[in-house]
Amino acid sequence: MNAPLLKVDDLHITLQGDGATFNAVENVSFEIGRGEAFGLVGESGCGKSITALAVMGLLRRPLGLGEGRIVLDGEEIQNASAARLRELRGSRIGMIFQEPMTALNPLSPVGRQIAEMFVLHQNASWNEAMDRAEEALRQVRVPSPERRIKDFPHQLSGGMRQRVMIAIALACRPDLLIADEPTTALDVTVQAEIIDLMAELCAAKGTAILMISHDLGLVANMCRRVAVMYAGRIVESQGAEAIFATPRHPYTKGLVDSLPRLGERSRRGRQRLREISGVVPSIAAYPSGCRFNPRCSSATDICRATPPDVTALGSGLVRCHHHE
Amino acid sequence: MRWGSNTWVGGSLVAIAIGVAVFAPWIALTDPVMDANLMNAELPPSWEFPFGTDAQGRDIYSRICYGARISLTVGVVSQICNSLIGVTLGLTAGYWGGWWDDFVSGLTNLMLAIPSLVFALAIMAILGPGLVSLVIALGLTSWSYSCRIARAQVLSLKSQGYVQAARILGYGDLRIMFTQVLPNILGPLIVIATLGMGGAILAEAALSFLGLGIRPPFPSWGSMLSEARDQIRAAPWLSVFPGLAIFFTVLGLNLLGDGLRDILDPQSQTRRA
Amino acid sequence: MLLVLFRRLGNVIPTLLAVIALVFLLFSVLPGSFISGMNEDGRSVIDPAVMERMRKEMGLDEPLYERFVKYVGKLATGDLGTSFRTREPVTKLISVRIWPSLKLVFAAMAFAILVGVTLGFLAALKPGSFIDTVSMVGAISGLSLSQFWFGLMLMYLFALTLNWLPSFGYGDGGLRNLILPAVALGVGPMALLARTTRAAVLDVLNADFVRTARSKGMSERLVVKWHVLRNALVLVITIVGLQFGSLMGQAVVVEKLFAWPGVGSLMVDSVFQRDMPAVQGCILMIVLFFLFINTLVDLAYVVIDPRIRYG
Repeated sequence: MNAPLLKVDDLHITLQGDGATFNAVENVSFEIGRGEAFGLVGESGCGKSITALAVMGLLRRPLGLGEGRIVLDGEEIQNASAARLRELRGSRIGMIFQEPMTALNPLSPVGRQIAEMFVLHQNASWNEAMDRAEEALRQVRVPSPERRIKDFPHQLSGGMRQRVMIAIALACRPDLLIADEPTTALDVTVQAEIIDLMAELCAAKGTAILMISHDLGLVANMCRRVAVMYAGRIVESQGAEAIFATPRHPYTKGLVDSLPRLGERSRRGRQRLREISGVVPSIAAYPSGCRFNPRCSSATDICRATPPDVTALGSGLVRCHHHE
Repeated sequence: MRWGSNTWVGGSLVAIAIGVAVFAPWIALTDPVMDANLMNAELPPSWEFPFGTDAQGRDIYSRICYGARISLTVGVVSQICNSLIGVTLGLTAGYWGGWWDDFVSGLTNLMLAIPSLVFALAIMAILGPGLVSLVIALGLTSWSYSCRIARAQVLSLKSQGYVQAARILGYGDLRIMFTQVLPNILGPLIVIATLGMGGAILAEAALSFLGLGIRPPFPSWGSMLSEARDQIRAAPWLSVFPGLAIFFTVLGLNLLGDGLRDILDPQSQTRRA
Repeated sequence: MLLVLFRRLGNVIPTLLAVIALVFLLFSVLPGSFISGMNEDGRSVIDPAVMERMRKEMGLDEPLYERFVKYVGKLATGDLGTSFRTREPVTKLISVRIWPSLKLVFAAMAFAILVGVTLGFLAALKPGSFIDTVSMVGAISGLSLSQFWFGLMLMYLFALTLNWLPSFGYGDGGLRNLILPAVALGVGPMALLARTTRAAVLDVLNADFVRTARSKGMSERLVVKWHVLRNALVLVITIVGLQFGSLMGQAVVVEKLFAWPGVGSLMVDSVFQRDMPAVQGCILMIVLFFLFINTLVDLAYVVIDPRIRYG
């Protein structure tokens, strides 16, 4: 692989709490190649969304960037000026958020909200931008876009709104699309349409995707490589198929086991889906040693005492004392 | 639970005002009504008369001390009336619903449409001036806010199933209202009552200033201002000090209300006005 | 638009009728009718025969419900009754007072909006900054001021000491006479607006769509201009409406202090003269103004917030 599009290297994100500073995200490293789809999976609160916000340069107090580097297309952007980040946002990196209900301005017609992108980044006039917004809506397959551009968000369904978000994020043909739980708030039937649409448009435009979700199945379907995050750290990363076949970290195993699989039922008989017991620890109370140890069935003394290092295994890596 | 600086500053100001009211006979230098001495008429502030004297030679400082009693009494008592009316109406309206709810909502809209000062003025016009009618006029006219909060809270608790659960356990309506619902809305109600007290003190001052509240020679901060107004040119200190007393008392109540809101009703922090 | 107007009128008319009934009852049933009041005041001791004649003349001897029906019937034709004191129609008394009242209320509100909303905005855009602290300390102080005392202090400073402005009176109704009462009246709403605006803007700045706007690479200035302003305005306008509507009522004391010939001072004077028809007329006028402004605000929502037009 030649130089990656995005390289996140040993990223730390700090959380300013009452009188103390915590690391909400620690030692996170990953790379995304041009046009590649990369997945970041984990339970809510594991730090995947704020990692995405860090790449966008959108962390806000009490969150802040700690050590580490973020390199976009050869340019280090972790210390870039606000003005430079604004240039990159939208034009080089687009982002889709989880809540299509609230992510659009309720008082502004959706066409205008798309058109802003062309005005901001391509010096288009409003008239020209509105024409192009209509075209962008057509691309995300919103029916009769010429009428829809004048609609307000509340007049559109959740799926349509998410299509608008995609149109906004991809308006300026960015190199990277960050999709933070883009389908979580949508009906199951609409989810697949949105995912397909995203994949198709990104493939056509050569846009890389950083897909963030709690849904390992969804991510594995869409992405070539997947990283699993737990309590602020990446615990395992592998190719998407390999992660199902040979999950190496106990947490990943838990995730895989908690997914329903076609055809499995007949072989194993009626069996309950397995869940991972316990809850994600809060940032202020991360356990010592391996952060997964209180919930891990194969934890030993070393897991409780020493945090495991990253071990490279084939094309992937894992952070566990007892990896297989 | 953290006590912000608002709570401390506001609480201290209110404590001072209450202290002055309670201990007025001991900290006042002279009798507020009887100790008139025309030899000392309209003296500016001095060591002997820290806030000066009025046209009858009475010590302004002493009159402010006694005035605190009236202003605070009116504020506290009328706010208690308002809270009782508002909570009772709001609880029952939200709980029982139906025509009673419609009636109470209509009444609340009505109270909102008539500015409370105007309403109080009308009541004072009918009842005549005096402490009792003042308390009645102010105690009957600004309950709509606590009523709305109480009603909204009951409705939200009802939808959360609290009330249903209590009803299934065989609790009576009144018992549910007072043991299940009331404790849940105490926080916001205390905040409203604190802020409302400040409003009542301002309203008392306004009505007394118009000559409809406490009548001279008895000192309330409003009636003192009413007397002072005609001498604003010759003796501005007559106006300055009672006004400052009102200002700091109400400021204390407002700060305390804000501070309590942060403590008792944390969700409202972003939407507070 | 029309639909909203009709729906709104459906609320306004019952409220107005209820206010009329309440005011009528207050002044008819409760003790202290104007005639006995005159006696109490000791200003005029009336011969019982004269009193009886007056009662008849004013229709006070008829049963309550008949009087109420008559009263409402007259109101419908714009007749507010006849003043006990001047024997003039109350409508005429009030009509000369309306213009000064409106002028005062609008000036006060303009002051409140200009200063309050601006301060609130600046404070919210830089939370914790110097201007935030100063505005919020100013706002809570403004809420704690009694209007008439503040007015009195303004009068002392700007009129009596500095001699910049006339101390009281309507004068020719020009700006110079208007400034002090308008500022005294507007300081309360100004303080409230500063606080509300700040809270509203902070609220909107935390909204998801503002994050979207930032993710588009928009500068903070454009984020505020394109996405925050309008949304915050929707929140602010409610408070503007409520304050504006009740301002004519709040003006009572300030009008009296500055001898401003508005509806408020007419009401106070009428209270002292126990001129009940005039008091009733003033209250109705003040309520009518409140309902009118609130209807206007509801219509303003329709213009600003598309969710209402369709929703």
